[in-house]
Amino acid sequence: MQPTATATPQHPVSAVPNAAGRFGAFGGSYVPETLVAALEQLRAQYDAVRNDPSFWGELEGLMRTFVGRPTPLYLASRLTGAARQRAGSGRGANIWLKREDLAHTGAHKINNTLGQALLTLRMGKKRIIAETGAGQHGVASATAAAHFGLACDVYMGAEDVRRQRLNVVRMKLLGARVVEVGAGSRTLKDATNEAMRDWMGSVEHTHYIIGSVVGPHPFPMIVRDFQSVIGRECRAQCLQTLGRLPDAVVACVGGGSNAAGIFYPFVDDAGVALVGVEAGGRGNGAGQHAAPLSFGAPGILHGSLSYVLQDRDGQTADVHSCSAGLDYPGVGPEHSYWKDAGRVAYTAATDAQALEAFQLLARTEGIIPALESSHAVHEAVRLATTLPADRHVVVNLSGRGDKDVDEAVRLIGLK
Amino acid sequence: MSRIDSIFRDLRAAGRKALMPFVCGGYPSVGTIAAALPELQRAGASVVEIGIPFSDPIADGPVIAAAMHEAIASGCTPASVAAEVRQARAAGCTLGIVAMVSVSIVWRLGPDACFRQLADAGFDGVILPDLTAEESGPWRAAAANAGLTTTLLVAPTTSPQRAAEIARACTGFVYVLTRAGITGESGDVVTGRIAERVRMLRQVTDLPLACGFGIGTPEQVRQVVRDGGADAAIVGSALVKRMGAAAKAGESPAAAAGAFCRELGAGLA
Repeated sequence: MQPTATATPQHPVSAVPNAAGRFGAFGGSYVPETLVAALEQLRAQYDAVRNDPSFWGELEGLMRTFVGRPTPLYLASRLTGAARQRAGSGRGANIWLKREDLAHTGAHKINNTLGQALLTLRMGKKRIIAETGAGQHGVASATAAAHFGLACDVYMGAEDVRRQRLNVVRMKLLGARVVEVGAGSRTLKDATNEAMRDWMGSVEHTHYIIGSVVGPHPFPMIVRDFQSVIGRECRAQCLQTLGRLPDAVVACVGGGSNAAGIFYPFVDDAGVALVGVEAGGRGNGAGQHAAPLSFGAPGILHGSLSYVLQDRDGQTADVHSCSAGLDYPGVGPEHSYWKDAGRVAYTAATDAQALEAFQLLARTEGIIPALESSHAVHEAVRLATTLPADRHVVVNLSGRGDKDVDEAVRLIGLK
Repeated sequence: MSRIDSIFRDLRAAGRKALMPFVCGGYPSVGTIAAALPELQRAGASVVEIGIPFSDPIADGPVIAAAMHEAIASGCTPASVAAEVRQARAAGCTLGIVAMVSVSIVWRLGPDACFRQLADAGFDGVILPDLTAEESGPWRAAAANAGLTTTLLVAPTTSPQRAAEIARACTGFVYVLTRAGITGESGDVVTGRIAERVRMLRQVTDLPLACGFGIGTPEQVRQVVRDGGADAAIVGSALVKRMGAAAKAGESPAAAAGAFCRELGAGLA
């Protein structure tokens, strides 16, 4: 695979995808014919609302009154202090948190589900389905369904049902049905398979709200657009608070929706370093991590061409992460494009590093982050220690960690 | 002329319809397919589809998905499935043989290398269940270079214009889904709708039409090829289930496949 893009003023990195859903060489639409009509309908509906102020007005109203946007950009002073202590010799950039954990339901996922639920209503469909790993997208989908009076079934791997019990209860309270998936690795990949199977037989009256910037065209584009509210707010908040753009923006990457959302409004700002942090799990060996951009190769999974963890025959590899939301062998095609274009640097944080950052943020700031976001916090602290003290690093705190307390007790050995 | 073309030409000349059994590569164990192919030929099958096991077959229902997972776990690979076909051909099997293979596998192996490997082993064509007509250009070219026919799927949700495009992208035969959803047996095959789809497709293509998804009894075979007017009926999950059950009962899955195929053949008459 050749590097796919050289940005010029005429062709900025942000000018993707094309009409076929291609981000450079990546993306596209590799799906059973049964889904083509539904994807075409979605594409047409999205085209229709793209320049419709009434649609975006309604969504923005919900974001303000129901979600609690804009979320704050918060200077994490004591976390910055901890980074400076590590760095020594007067170094250590300021660390800012984009507080998506304060969005309703406790994560950025609601930005996407409300947007897609509005599309569902415009398509005249009465039921939504969703896949979920950590349960945050499931809860956000169930919330959108309750808000709009839609039926909602959420597919969730049996292993994730075990380690994210709190979110299972929340989804049920919100009136959704949680369908436990016992096939394959019993995690996010298998939940996605089952949701797609459901959709194959229910496309006429059901919309599938994919929870990340993955899947066939137009999903990666639509989810990115709905999540870009994070980066638009963040960019404006930086200009207002700092009087300039930040030096770096850091976000965790599973499928990559919170990262795409905060990165996208910055991709044409050459002076802003963008860093995506994958799940490094227990190490570099096969099956020990969930880091396709770091250790994988281009391949096709769940309808698009992107970096993926596969064996040499194209069978999807087993993955591991302490974080259910990052425990996925694929990644959104736009991230693959940004990687090969050299626009975003991708790295990985291990389980141990994420757990350490999880505790560090709790103790220095009084904020318990999601285990997913903890991967980004680790990298933000590491990056801050390498920079002078007058620099600014923003980390997308994509979710809060209440859902992770049982798993943290198990992994850290808290009593 | 490819073997698939001549099989359907001969069937049409004789006014006959085809039974297309689907078997899962490496299931219930590696080696079963080489033994099952001659049984299926003796039982009157015309073309056999062999599913190359894939870890994430989103178009497949629980029976075939579980069979694929079991096959992969027991060491089945695209190369081992090809080796079984090679063995059957060496033993004189003259069935039409097509591979049902996910683009995930083909992309990773490389379309040219993958299709050449399949053709060398004795496959006559490929069915690409997760490839759209729009994306199919380079894949079709690679299959044609290797001497394989390419079959894409037409769904109940496909518009007539689109169906014409899909048919133009196909060689050998067109795979017509009897219903939306995933593979697996179903109680009802809606004959009227199939007949309508077949009539529509006849106006846009001369290629043979093979109907699949949800067909598992001689009566359903009859509904598809006689009442529905299709050229062939594809039976997958029901057959895979019987082969798995035979193995568990200590019987020959290959013989069970032949016996079931003979039973289904009653629906062709």
